[in-house]
Amino acid sequence: MRQDHLISAANLSRESIEAVLDRAAAIDADPAAYRQRHAGAVLALCFFEPSTRTKMSFDTAMKRLGGTTVDMGTVESSSVKKGETLADTVRVVEGYADAIVLRHPSEGAAKMASEFVDVPLVNAGDGAGQHPSQTLLDLYTIRERAGLDDLSVGIMGDLKYGRTVHSLAHALTNFDVRQHFISPESLRLPRNVRFDLHEAGAHVREHTDLEAVLPELDVLYVTRIQRERFPDENEYRAVAGQYRIDEETLEAARDDLSVMHPLPRVDEIAPEVDETEYATYFEQAHNGIPVRMALLDGLLARAKEGSR
Amino acid sequence: MSDHELRVSKIRNGTVIDHVTAGQALNVLAILGIDGSEGEGVSIGMNVPSDRLGRKDVVKVEDRELSQSEVEVLSLIAPEASINIIRDYDVVEKSRVDRPETVTGLLSCPNRNCITNDDEPIASKFTVVADGVRCAYCGEIVRDDIAAHLDVQT
Ligand SMILES: [Zn+2]
Repeated sequence: MRQDHLISAANLSRESIEAVLDRAAAIDADPAAYRQRHAGAVLALCFFEPSTRTKMSFDTAMKRLGGTTVDMGTVESSSVKKGETLADTVRVVEGYADAIVLRHPSEGAAKMASEFVDVPLVNAGDGAGQHPSQTLLDLYTIRERAGLDDLSVGIMGDLKYGRTVHSLAHALTNFDVRQHFISPESLRLPRNVRFDLHEAGAHVREHTDLEAVLPELDVLYVTRIQRERFPDENEYRAVAGQYRIDEETLEAARDDLSVMHPLPRVDEIAPEVDETEYATYFEQAHNGIPVRMALLDGLLARAKEGSR
Repeated sequence: MSDHELRVSKIRNGTVIDHVTAGQALNVLAILGIDGSEGEGVSIGMNVPSDRLGRKDVVKVEDRELSQSEVEVLSLIAPEASINIIRDYDVVEKSRVDRPETVTGLLSCPNRNCITNDDEPIASKFTVVADGVRCAYCGEIVRDDIAAHLDVQT
């Protein structure tokens, strides 16, 4: 039987999202009740691209469910360097583990890998593609703060290459959310994401300027603009400065605005914002544990049922 | 023999692919993997006047009957094409191409960072969307000039 995987937020329904968020809330309320839930289960961490936090977050989540993890290690130290295909790697790893978490630099990697394995596979980021587990914790945070309906959400920064942005945009189409995308012209949402939003009938606006839309936002989701996207340093500085949030910028915001960020940030949110009521990003990062516990719990439980 | 006669000369047995989008005849052959190496007679008419299309290409392949699944993929580059199966100079079957739901192993993904362009043991796969095709792996959409992404030699 083919297992269910978490590959793209585009495949998530409102029901499936709410099931994970509700379970995360239950875990948050009583973590001790879940401590032995998956004792003996093994999660494989296959990170073909470094990501300390996401990896630690999955590692912690699995251990708090009573399970253990096996780690492929860095690409430099693994057989990948010797030219093994991703398809072979996951087929081997499948023999070690009850579920696989995959981070890979190529778009579509998780989708492909999932076709070769019968254990659940979670996409923890595929190139500039998708990062759906991040989206679940983003949604959990938004729901805790503001609920998930009748909202205006601004998403700002590098929308072109930002996989967390692509996943979040897809997932938000399940809810009554007005999505505002704020970015320099050169870093607009890619065509395929705009296509999906259009198909889903989402309420979408694109802006180059935060000012115009900031006063109506319930949530402002900030992402990093990467220096390497720009051919010259000056051009980068000119753009990055325009999309930086500080206390002064936020004067125009609603009092209950939540400023979110998938972290790590560089200088797109000034440290002075940390002490304000707006700052939601550390809470958001902490939510990664209960949400990933809920996600893994669901996948492992269904896999067990399926194999019986 | 005049040009006109060459274009319309009848074949005895085989397939005539008519109403091909002008300029796409060579891509049609590439899609079908026909290069004449198996000894089959192939004739092509390009930019032939057409009532329906203004200009069209026509491809005739002798001694080979194309299956519906072989030709459905032609719809991507020649949506108006019609397929005529010829036996003993007569058209015994006439059909239009159908748009397939997916196209596997035929196009390469224009997204250079797509996993299908890595050295993995998978064929490319595209789903057919309203006005183009979409990579089933990375989600990239190809609308214009699909033929430029053909994963076969023309
Ligand atoms: Zn692709």
